Amino acid sequence: MWTPVGRGRWHGRALTVWATSAAHRGRLEPRLTPSRGAAAKSRTADRLYSSADRKEKIDMSRFSVENIRNFSIIAHVDHGKSTLADRLLELTGTIDKTKNNKQVLDKLQVERERGITVKAQTASLFYNCEGKQYLLNLIDTPGHVDFSYEVSRSLSACQGVLLVVDANEIDLKNADPARVEKQIEKVFDIPSDECIKISAKLGTNVERVLQAVIERIPPPKVHRKNPLKALVFDSTFDQYRGVIANVALFDGVVSKGDKIISAHTKKTYEVNEVGVLNPNEQPTHKLYAGQVGYLIAGMKDVTEAQIGDTLYLPKQPVEPLPGFKSAKPMVFAGMYPIDQSEYNNLKSAVEKLTINDSSVTVHRDSSLALGAGWRLGFLGLLHMEVFNQRLEQEYNASVILTTPTVPYKAVLSSAKLIKEYREKEITIINPAQFPDKSKVTEYLEPVILGTIITPDEYTGKVMMLCQARRAVQKNMMYIDQNRVMLKYLFPLNEIVVDFYDSLKSLSSGYASFDYEDAGYQTADLVKMDILLNGNLVEELVTIVHKDKAHTVGKAICERLKDSLPRQLFEIAIQAAIGSKIIARETVKAYRKNVLAKCYGGDITRKMKLLKRQAEGKKKLRKIGNIEVPKDAFIKVLRTQPDK
Amino acid sequence: MALPGTRARGWAAAAKIAQRRRHAEGARGSSSRAPPSSRAALYVHWPYCEKRCSYCNFNKYVPCGVDEAAMRSCLVTEAQTLLRLSGVRRVESVFFGGGTPSLASPSTVAAVLEAVDQAAHLPADSEVTLEANPTSPSGARLAAFGAAGVNRLSIGLQSLDDTELQLLGRTHSARDALQTLAEARRLFPGRVSVDLMLGLPAQQVGPWLGQLRMLLGRCDDHLSLYQLTLERGTALFTQVQRGTLPAPDPELAAEMYQEGRAVLREAGFRQYEVSNFARNGALSTHNWTYWQCGQYLGIGPGAHGRFVPQGAGGHTREARIQTLEPDNWMKEVMLFGHGTRRRVPLGQLELLEEVLAMGLRTDVGITHQHWQQFEPQLSLWDVFGASQEVKALLAQGLLLLDHRGLRCSWEGLAVLDSLLLTLLPRLQEAWQQRTPSPVQGG
Repeated sequence: MWTPVGRGRWHGRALTVWATSAAHRGRLEPRLTPSRGAAAKSRTADRLYSSADRKEKIDMSRFSVENIRNFSIIAHVDHGKSTLADRLLELTGTIDKTKNNKQVLDKLQVERERGITVKAQTASLFYNCEGKQYLLNLIDTPGHVDFSYEVSRSLSACQGVLLVVDANEIDLKNADPARVEKQIEKVFDIPSDECIKISAKLGTNVERVLQAVIERIPPPKVHRKNPLKALVFDSTFDQYRGVIANVALFDGVVSKGDKIISAHTKKTYEVNEVGVLNPNEQPTHKLYAGQVGYLIAGMKDVTEAQIGDTLYLPKQPVEPLPGFKSAKPMVFAGMYPIDQSEYNNLKSAVEKLTINDSSVTVHRDSSLALGAGWRLGFLGLLHMEVFNQRLEQEYNASVILTTPTVPYKAVLSSAKLIKEYREKEITIINPAQFPDKSKVTEYLEPVILGTIITPDEYTGKVMMLCQARRAVQKNMMYIDQNRVMLKYLFPLNEIVVDFYDSLKSLSSGYASFDYEDAGYQTADLVKMDILLNGNLVEELVTIVHKDKAHTVGKAICERLKDSLPRQLFEIAIQAAIGSKIIARETVKAYRKNVLAKCYGGDITRKMKLLKRQAEGKKKLRKIGNIEVPKDAFIKVLRTQPDK
Repeated sequence: MALPGTRARGWAAAAKIAQRRRHAEGARGSSSRAPPSSRAALYVHWPYCEKRCSYCNFNKYVPCGVDEAAMRSCLVTEAQTLLRLSGVRRVESVFFGGGTPSLASPSTVAAVLEAVDQAAHLPADSEVTLEANPTSPSGARLAAFGAAGVNRLSIGLQSLDDTELQLLGRTHSARDALQTLAEARRLFPGRVSVDLMLGLPAQQVGPWLGQLRMLLGRCDDHLSLYQLTLERGTALFTQVQRGTLPAPDPELAAEMYQEGRAVLREAGFRQYEVSNFARNGALSTHNWTYWQCGQYLGIGPGAHGRFVPQGAGGHTREARIQTLEPDNWMKEVMLFGHGTRRRVPLGQLELLEEVLAMGLRTDVGITHQHWQQFEPQLSLWDVFGASQEVKALLAQGLLLLDHRGLRCSWEGLAVLDSLLLTLLPRLQEAWQQRTPSPVQGG
């Protein structure tokens, strides 16, 4: 993912680093230490220094502005960014080397399970170079296209980035640094002699990265003497301590006991704690201009720590830093508690999660069948899945999610509807509110400009996939002897669910994908209902392009058939547009479901099993008299066939 | 400890009388003269086998040598102890299961029966069943079991196809099975049961029905049809997991079951339970006790029991399980007189749940009278009469609730486990909403 570079407010420098993938895959290979000698010595010194230092609060005044570097690591998903971060943390003695460090900065369970970074993390590294003590603030960022908002926020606190390029897109094949060098020159205008070749897995050349960070990334242009100007670039919520705001100091000093004002809310707070993150919170006496750290100031309400907000001292107001452009949700889905009695618990869980992930938009919503809930906006499908998984893992909440939809628009022709909505063009984020064709001049769908880079042997397959997704080719160029860059205009709904996975699988993982917003286009859209024995399944109402209705309807019915358990009666699964049935599948009734042998020794076991099943049955969603397990619909949504 | 010949002969002769009486009593269960708490069935577990079958996950062991004298003495001791604890005065059936109990000596069987008769009363017409594999017993040996007091045989025939028998890891052939069956019928006329399995990997409906028809020409008055359950930890389960064997097809198994029941019905068999069929009134009274939630004692390694330990002053029915591993079980029996490892008191609701789940396995289901014995306050009508979900099952013709009681229809019996997922929560709900009954004295 290259696009975040230069997209935000950042205007610093990029360093390029490439890694061989064999060196950073999560396999259990022996981890070699780099050659001993000078490097090892300085590392030891670092560790002694920093561990001695940690006994008491760190005096941050020792790090003058010229000895501070704030940087991020930018890389495509799965190119080894988190592994490089682990090595940098080890090398500077921030974390103990003897431990089996894997994705130290990925704190969330979902991050470790999926091997992805979702939430940006900050770590302050203390590093000794040529007799000078440096403070290097590393901000680890997510790599997936869904999370570019997190990236742009992190970059605003940096003066430079490390661009990590995997010299071998997938492991086990030959790394090809020469070709990657050429590509980087061609795509980014970064001369090949500025690249450092490293292996994060083995630790080879990682020390040179730190030296390059010091040499090539400029220190922040800030002044300690000026009044405090601190940017809130991230925040987390702690159940016991309230809001923990991650801040980058553009000017001035902040210390415990200071009164500060939020430029956004104009509220005054008292700073209870300041510190650096390495990567856990480490209290310090103060934070100085150019430094990155955290502060806790009694912000209790989730809306108080606006990301992009500027903090200053009461008697010294400053010009607030320009706020962030808020993230634009691409995918919307309804979320409802499985049991309405869980509504309040779920509400508080959603609130707590959204303060840590302000890119999720929340609207209250309700439906006849599903009760009270919300319509949530996500940056992409992975983002939606991660959010759902975090709700389950971190808040033990169980929810019903509806089919994701993109924000369609309709130009209304019905005067009555125009009056009702008070505008002619409306945005539809809930398929249930899709207006009938008779009341509409035209429908519009969001489109994006997608960029695919692929080895040319896959070009044919990639083009077929794009065509099947109603995409229109805009550009095609060779970026080197055997790599092609394709640009397509895609309807957004064609890529939100599974396009990325399909692209990866047909190109053996080699093709990459990125996209940017490209407005709206007119489209022949219809609303498709899914019925179970004639009962509407609200979760599965879908807006589809007319040409695709049959294929999509058939696929949904087939997959529902596989995920619905048999019941005591036959189930007809139908896809319908209006009153017209366009696809049908049948789940046959149970013919036999009874334990064969039930004698003296079997009774206890059988009763236990029956009671467990009866308990599970209470959690099923009932549609008419059909019992549907919670994961049935999610299974239907997850895997779309690609032919 | 040899059994006096007269008593053994007496039992053999009593078998005939017992059978005649069962005809008359049908499914109403056995003698109602004595109060239920003083009566029980007795299960005896013989834990050893010659060889492990590929589908079996029962508590069984393939030993190098069995110290049968010690085993016999421990079974006798445990029977005496548990009979004393239970306060049971009349044992109405005994079932020797396993493992392969036909590998035990007839004298061991005789010793247990003698001990039971001495500690409590074992009426001459009590049903005494022995599970037998078609390989182990010769005709002479079967006769010796008869002399020891066994009056009913259950033969684990399983299949009449040699390839299937091999797949199941059985040591006998179809020929052995039919020979053993013929021998057993000669010795225990009208008192022989055979097991036939269905739903094996790769098994087809037509050939299986062929086996059933062939068996119908040779069998006695009792037959059990068991669908194969793939149990974790068995060789068959592993093979299917690895893909070396095809997974059994549930659709085909369902078809075999339905066709099989129909064939047996035409042949004059009454399906008196999900898997059990009898003609000429040859129901197993021992198994009937399980489904009617009567009391039963279990002796031997891993045996289960359910009874009120009245002899020890108890008033609550308990679910009991004996120590699984034979050597440990024996040590405990020698030390404490019994090898009971776990005792779980059953609450009133739990007992009613079992009455419901077990009773509906039978063709008579749960009669109002039977229910009332366990729950005098809350009738079947009170519990199920008003429920919309139950009404839907009645309307679908899967369940019947009428003046006789609650039972499955022919179609409903095959999907009982699904029906119970509606009925059990309904019972729990009704139980929680019941008006508390006046405090009972004593």
